[in-house]
Amino acid sequence: MSMKFEFPETCSEGAACGCAESDARPVAVAPAPTDVEHATVNVDPVEVGRRWFLKASAAFTTTILAPGVTLMAFGEADSAHAKPADQPVSAKQRWGLLIDAGKCEQGCKACVTACNEENGIATPKNLATDAQWIRTLQVKNPENGSTFQMPFMCQHCSEPPCVDVCPTGASFRRADGIVLVDRHICIGCRYCMMACPYKARSFVHEPLHDQKPEVPRGKGCVESCTMCVHRVDEGGTPACVEACAKTGNAAMIFGDLHDPNSEIAKRIATYRTTRVRADLGTDPGVFYQNI
Amino acid sequence: MAVAFLATVLASVVVVPPVVAEPPQPAKGRGDKCVMPTDWMRRNHMKGLIHHRREAVHEGIRTPTFDLNGCIDCHQVKGDDGKPVKISSPKHFCRTCHDYAGVRLDCFECHASRPEQKTETTTGQLERSPHHHTGLPGHGGEGDVAALNRYLEGAGK
Ligand code: SF4
Ligand code: SF4
Repeated sequence: MSMKFEFPETCSEGAACGCAESDARPVAVAPAPTDVEHATVNVDPVEVGRRWFLKASAAFTTTILAPGVTLMAFGEADSAHAKPADQPVSAKQRWGLLIDAGKCEQGCKACVTACNEENGIATPKNLATDAQWIRTLQVKNPENGSTFQMPFMCQHCSEPPCVDVCPTGASFRRADGIVLVDRHICIGCRYCMMACPYKARSFVHEPLHDQKPEVPRGKGCVESCTMCVHRVDEGGTPACVEACAKTGNAAMIFGDLHDPNSEIAKRIATYRTTRVRADLGTDPGVFYQNI
Repeated sequence: MAVAFLATVLASVVVVPPVVAEPPQPAKGRGDKCVMPTDWMRRNHMKGLIHHRREAVHEGIRTPTFDLNGCIDCHQVKGDDGKPVKISSPKHFCRTCHDYAGVRLDCFECHASRPEQKTETTTGQLERSPHHHTGLPGHGGEGDVAALNRYLEGAGK
């Protein structure tokens, strides 16, 4: 897989406007988060043409495009996705997340707690070094001071720089879009941590004990959000999505981006969504609304 | 005199029994039988595990036959506290043979060496998905063995 970093070209507004067809890859409005939990992400207006600007301009309106619509509770449309256990995953599916930042409650950490619990991750004491698979970001517009919170994790890129740089093949993208580290192969060189534009990966610095049987983790390996692959393979939903639904905020949905009848695909087809730093060409599988 | 001394030495060498550790007696697993015949498992369990590990991690094939969690579940050994022991205990199923054979085992630096301990947690309301793996063998075993055989043939073993 080759590196593909493309920046949006300024739209010429003509018939040859290349961005008219590119709704699937909206312009980035927020640079990659720059620090650990509670990082402030500065959002600079991107120098873009009109069409690009129209897409980007939704970033800080708080208008919810369809106020009457609630994100459905997790999984209803997709809970029957379990494949037979002896069949490999296939590229017919692409698992993804849709996160409505407008529904993410300030101060809520239900998704983070659920992830830590599910995957046997200790609550980080040292935010600079301890493993974090999901964090909540406080995003601030420096121009008007408006802030919001959004959960952030591995974006499960379909052009993942972490995979491009991995010298051993330990970082890989599964056929169904979930990006993982094969810890049997990882040598802990941390190239992938440097390459990931989203700061999504963590290195395990110290020996671990009492790991979850379904989530082997250990010292010397890099790791990141697995989209709860062990649950997904059994027809389940990521723990964060489930926990968010239980709070009543229901800011996250999980599903198959390739299935036009899935709740997530329908919503992405209907509403304005954004992918963080989509300009990098990483083609993330995590979509946001109201950022 | 010298001959007598030599004879004594030789005799003492002969009479001192050689120090040989008892052959290991790994704990029996739960259920009627293992996923494969015991003789096969003694020689080949690592091939089954390594084959399954590739398929499970890279392709999402999560059949139970060679799932390490299944081994850990069936072959758990209770410690003095009534809970299954961890790999830190010499009584652990895997260690009984691996200690004897002097083969270092690093699986459990990452993998859990005993079944999940149910604990009261504050976020315990999270439910497992309905198909959650039980760790018990007996489902889809034929397919697993056939796949392993194909793999072993492909690997020229
Ligand atoms: S977000 Fe980072 S770790 Fe996740 S797939 Fe993309 S580059 Fe890899
Ligand atoms: S740390 Fe592991 S997964 Fe990351 S690039 Fe190095 S070998 Fe690959």
